Amino acid sequence: MIPGSTRMVFLPDPRPMPSNFFSTVKTIYEATLEDGFSMWKRMKERMTPTDIVMWLIGGGMLALIIWGSTATLIAGRYTAHHWFDFMVFGLAQGSIYALIAMGYTMVYGILRMINFAHSEVFMSGPYTAYFVAAFFYSSGFLDQQPIISLLAIFLVSMSVSTLIAVLLERIAYRPLRNAPRLVPLITAIGASFFLQYTFRGLYGSGFQAYPVVKILEGEWAFWDFRILKFQAVVIVAAALLMAALYTFIQRTRVGKAIRAVSEDKEASSLMGIDIDRMIVTTFVIGGMAAGAAGVLYALMFKQVHFSMGFIPGIKAFTAAVLGGIGNIPGAMLGGIFLGLVESVGPSLFLDGLGIVAPYQLKDAIAFTMLVLVLIFRPTGILGEKLAVKKA
Amino acid sequence: MLEVENIHAYYGHIHALKEVSLTVEKGEIVTLIGANGAGKSTTLKTISGLLRPRKGSIRLDGEDLIRYAPHEIVVKGIVQVPEGRRIFGRLTVMENLEMGAFSCPDRRLNSANLERVFNLFPRLEERRNQVGGTLSGGEQQMLATGRALMANPRVLLMDEPSMGLAPVLVDSIFDTIRQLHASGTTILLVEQNARMALQVATRGYVLQTGTVVLSDTAENLRRNEMVRQAYLGES
Repeated sequence: MIPGSTRMVFLPDPRPMPSNFFSTVKTIYEATLEDGFSMWKRMKERMTPTDIVMWLIGGGMLALIIWGSTATLIAGRYTAHHWFDFMVFGLAQGSIYALIAMGYTMVYGILRMINFAHSEVFMSGPYTAYFVAAFFYSSGFLDQQPIISLLAIFLVSMSVSTLIAVLLERIAYRPLRNAPRLVPLITAIGASFFLQYTFRGLYGSGFQAYPVVKILEGEWAFWDFRILKFQAVVIVAAALLMAALYTFIQRTRVGKAIRAVSEDKEASSLMGIDIDRMIVTTFVIGGMAAGAAGVLYALMFKQVHFSMGFIPGIKAFTAAVLGGIGNIPGAMLGGIFLGLVESVGPSLFLDGLGIVAPYQLKDAIAFTMLVLVLIFRPTGILGEKLAVKKA
Repeated sequence: MLEVENIHAYYGHIHALKEVSLTVEKGEIVTLIGANGAGKSTTLKTISGLLRPRKGSIRLDGEDLIRYAPHEIVVKGIVQVPEGRRIFGRLTVMENLEMGAFSCPDRRLNSANLERVFNLFPRLEERRNQVGGTLSGGEQQMLATGRALMANPRVLLMDEPSMGLAPVLVDSIFDTIRQLHASGTTILLVEQNARMALQVATRGYVLQTGTVVLSDTAENLRRNEMVRQAYLGES
């Protein structure tokens, strides 16, 4: 606690004590008037011109969204099947964001720092696993034993991502543990570039096409609706991984210790918890989730590239902020929400407004959401006020 | 058992502890009293390894502790109940207690310890699934003490356990300390409430601006003219 941080507010009551019924009514009436007036006055004092502009922008956007959606729905260009496809795609993409966002949010929780190199943790795994996948493909193993091949690809990707995450912590962040908060942030950005160009140098600067896994091609039909197989697999795999991760954090001894360290490092060390080990474990979990997310991403978009981490990384960061950074269920929720809005949003909000290529604006929608959240609810959907905790 | 010898500790350039020496024997309650900023909490922090002394030595049964990290010192048997309780507000009471037992892999010992803690503080058993942050101040102090007991302390360091508590609760905290003493726990107690501390303690040290100015049995300290004036508020 910071000394002198508790502020006392004394509100003197200026109302006279009522002596009979009529004066009571009169007093209440006057008091109500006065309260209403003083409330208005206080609001006026608190509102700055910036606030008004901000709320106008927010209101304008909301109006635009409602108008656009209504117009789209009235025009009726999309059928229920289209919307279903958008939703499934959004869910698949959102689950990938959610998995990456776990890494951001957990590292923030324990170190109060944004690991901007996390997008490269995400890239390094699937890019390395690409060579394994390509080898399996050319040798025909991928078609003969698709399940084993996929497991091997996941294993390689998750191991490489984990290794990169752990090295990052050890080399780039641990020496700066007690430095001002801006320093590790700058280091993170530097490490991100370093990793991108190292992988570019090692693996080449072109796009590499991920081999197609035959059993994941085609679609499953449910009554009238069809789901692309690989999208269904992405959603289910991501859901299983997130459930496993959440159980680990909630139920196991080490998971509880990670939560304890996130709350109070000094008290944790006084309980015999090795803080460094818990921080490394956090990076391991984040790396594993990112590596798995990377393979799912490669299965969905079928290519890898040295800068493939940048956009999904920033989107996942947005998802983590959206859900309330530091909050694990929040990151999952934020990721899925962002994926859905990105996929359904352009057609729903923008098509009706007569925009020619609404789908090209999906990134604009995602980052508009980031800005709006930061302005109107900086703590995110599930976040608690950090200021309260620090006081 | 615990021997602190001539330690010097610094916060940046501030010389916070100057040649502090003290010993705690097995089964004793030793108290450190002194004004705000005299270095009482700093002494405990140094013993727990949170602050590294520049000079001097800290030994437990002859083994030098200075080279160990805080979490290793806990394994050696020195466990601190930190100032301001510092319980994990978002973890449940049970989870908080489990964290106390983090360094101890022996399940049977842990469940015996848990039983002991619940016997000492039945209130904690009632609230075992409640989140720590929703407990009252007194309950939080119980939890912080219970959490430390889960770590099998050979020496229990308590930093201002009565701070910020209502007088009734202060009495119950000191009752707990007496009970712990009766069951053979060795305690090093830091307190602003010198009157209560000198009632439960066997011996005491008086700290002033980072130096030990007086050390004696608790009884003699209670009678000492300087202690009576400065810390017991008697003239």
